[in-house]
Amino acid sequence: MDLDYGPQYDVFREEVRQFLQTHGHRAPDGQGRAARPSPEAVEWQKLLILHGYTARTIPKEYGGYGAEPDILKSRIIAEEFSRAGIPAGLANQGISMLVPTLLELGTEAQKRQWIEPTLNGEIVWCQGYSEPGAGSDLAALKTSARVENGDFVINGQKIWTSTAKQADMIFCLVRTEPDAPKHGGISYLIFSMDTPGIEVRPLKTMTGHAEFNETFFTDLRVPLDQIVGQRGQGWYVANATLGHERGMLGDPDALENRLQALVRLMQKERIGQGCAMDNAVLRDRLVALQAEVAAMKFNGMRILSNSLRGDAGGMAKLVVKLQSCELAHQISALAIDAMGEMGILYHGSEREREDGAWQWNYMFQLGLIIGGGTAQIQKNIIAERGLEMPREPKFATPPAAEQATAVASGQNKGAA
Amino acid sequence: MDFGLSQDQEMLCDAISRTLADTCPLDHVRECAEGSVPFSDNVRSALGEIGIWGMMVPEQHDGLGMTMLDAAAVAEQLGYAVAPVPFIGAHVLAPLALAQGGSEELKAHWLPRIAKGEAQIAVAIAETVEIRDRAGVDFDGAKLDGTALFALDFLEADAFLVADTAGRMHFVAGDAAGLEKVALKTIDRTRSVGELRFSGVAGEALADDGGATVRRLRDAGRVLLAADSLGAGQAMIEKAVDYAGQREQFGRVIGSFQAVKHMCAEMAARHEPCRSLVWYAAHAFDATPDEASLVACHAKSHTGEVHRFVARTSTEVHGGMGFTDLLGLHFWFKRIGFDRQVLGGPEAVRAEAAALQGWTQVA
Repeated sequence: MDLDYGPQYDVFREEVRQFLQTHGHRAPDGQGRAARPSPEAVEWQKLLILHGYTARTIPKEYGGYGAEPDILKSRIIAEEFSRAGIPAGLANQGISMLVPTLLELGTEAQKRQWIEPTLNGEIVWCQGYSEPGAGSDLAALKTSARVENGDFVINGQKIWTSTAKQADMIFCLVRTEPDAPKHGGISYLIFSMDTPGIEVRPLKTMTGHAEFNETFFTDLRVPLDQIVGQRGQGWYVANATLGHERGMLGDPDALENRLQALVRLMQKERIGQGCAMDNAVLRDRLVALQAEVAAMKFNGMRILSNSLRGDAGGMAKLVVKLQSCELAHQISALAIDAMGEMGILYHGSEREREDGAWQWNYMFQLGLIIGGGTAQIQKNIIAERGLEMPREPKFATPPAAEQATAVASGQNKGAA
Repeated sequence: MDFGLSQDQEMLCDAISRTLADTCPLDHVRECAEGSVPFSDNVRSALGEIGIWGMMVPEQHDGLGMTMLDAAAVAEQLGYAVAPVPFIGAHVLAPLALAQGGSEELKAHWLPRIAKGEAQIAVAIAETVEIRDRAGVDFDGAKLDGTALFALDFLEADAFLVADTAGRMHFVAGDAAGLEKVALKTIDRTRSVGELRFSGVAGEALADDGGATVRRLRDAGRVLLAADSLGAGQAMIEKAVDYAGQREQFGRVIGSFQAVKHMCAEMAARHEPCRSLVWYAAHAFDATPDEASLVACHAKSHTGEVHRFVARTSTEVHGGMGFTDLLGLHFWFKRIGFDRQVLGGPEAVRAEAAALQGWTQVA
């Protein structure tokens, strides 16, 4: 056990701290989840790339910083930004999912055209994966793209397209080979959200806000070369990036910050002459959550250490999405309970605490438990890949589809 | 940066695991558990050859002077095999207490014997966590009076180390006048705890350090109970997965049913992060004493909760067989039950964690 990163990393950490001290005031505040980055946020993003604090390992010729991958340096950057409470680089789906996909499977022209403006925040992307009939069973998607006069002609509907209203572009899974087995008939297309034939309808959720959209395609024409990878290979192209999304949903720093916010709330929230923290039952629940957050934090250190050795994450990594999303939800639940009747105040009410953020979180985090691979799909993955338990018997599946399923099983996902 | 066990620690674990696989099969555990004294001579001598009895004894007293992370790695293996041997009390807490506060004579006499596996000292500190049944041992400057419960590694102990109500440790010979020893029978027949009744017993007080030694013992004990629970929990998950992969009902193995699969996945998902928590708590004991007590509390209380869930869920996956004595799964179930309660159940430990952070007045 050696938790020191080593002297060269101490120097690097000091550099990051210096940067944050000198430039931290230029960071934009309150980047809304679904918002297009403001001009300040774009400027901040460019500054971060220039210093290598985001887009760090993306080659220079595509607009990144071009550093050799160094997991510890990336970790130090994340730690220091989190500690300073300063927003790190943009973390939208274009950057976290499309860019890695293009780097791995895009053509040279696609890399040159799309990566740099995406990293800079000048082009915003949305993701067109899920459909009303294709959630956990994503490969059942039906949105069709037939070829006609040198274009794909697309018809169908996507759901859970966050930022579709603000997005310039979409990366989208469509069925191009209707007669192929279900995983083999899908292609990964990229096209402009200004293409005629797209309609975006906000999808209001239980939080009362429309964090997502439904996106409808009617006879949409997309040139044949706007495909990433080969026709019929879209399932495998998309799977190259799903891991990135799962990683995003389990950030131990984020849990730690939520827990600290809960501690402050319980110390501040008055009950009679005392505060919520004085209540032994609430306090007991708080310490139980604190222990779980600690476990996830050290689990994250173990994953980090494993990847330094070149090991895959193993079980430690497989459990992160399931455990972290549940834990975040429980932290919000305790905050609501600590507020008692005040906990139900919402919609900008008199006496509302922190703009109703805890209730919003409590509801939205339930969405995160369901999205990005439901908790139940996560449990299948843990059982089948982690514990090597037998797969569900498949009934009446044609042999060819069976083969494709075996390769990709479990890589299902729910929300975008 | 290397979070986890070192190569040496992994080799130690492998050696213990192989030794226990050879010397400590379930039939042997059952034999020991059904005897009057649970401790297995065979297992003790086999493990002695690896040298673990002196791992926490300082080198100048013929021990190996190893770390708490080493001890946690060993405890995990012992829990995995439900090994009926004294360890946490006699081979970790006792040498720690003696090394920290014992006189030179005490150290010179007892530490080498502990290291050789020739002496067993039981340790009683339960009352420093919670007073039950009005227990507690008073020290009037000369003699000890009162009762200490749940002395760890009790049966066949040659001597005792006991905490008084002021938090000072005392060494008491096994045959001291005025000392009455009563074994307590617990669910876990692979370990031994007992009650010590003192009437005017002359012991030898260890250094008065304002409770510092007792605090270290409590932290160490909690980390190791958590590590033991980690091993027992790991075994229960593996057994559930194996059983579910073999048992057939409705024409298919039950492990292919999602209901069963999800039970196993939940166990694994809750269990796996515990490993990092226990490792970190052990490391903190060695390297960052300021946070050691708090993380020891977290490790103890959290593994207590998670492994109670694992113990009952694994039993359920085994169906009716899990409930029988024949299968022996209950040895692990009970080991986990013991680990959860001893040195403070989760609620008591969490209350202490809250107090450590200034979130509450100490009651």
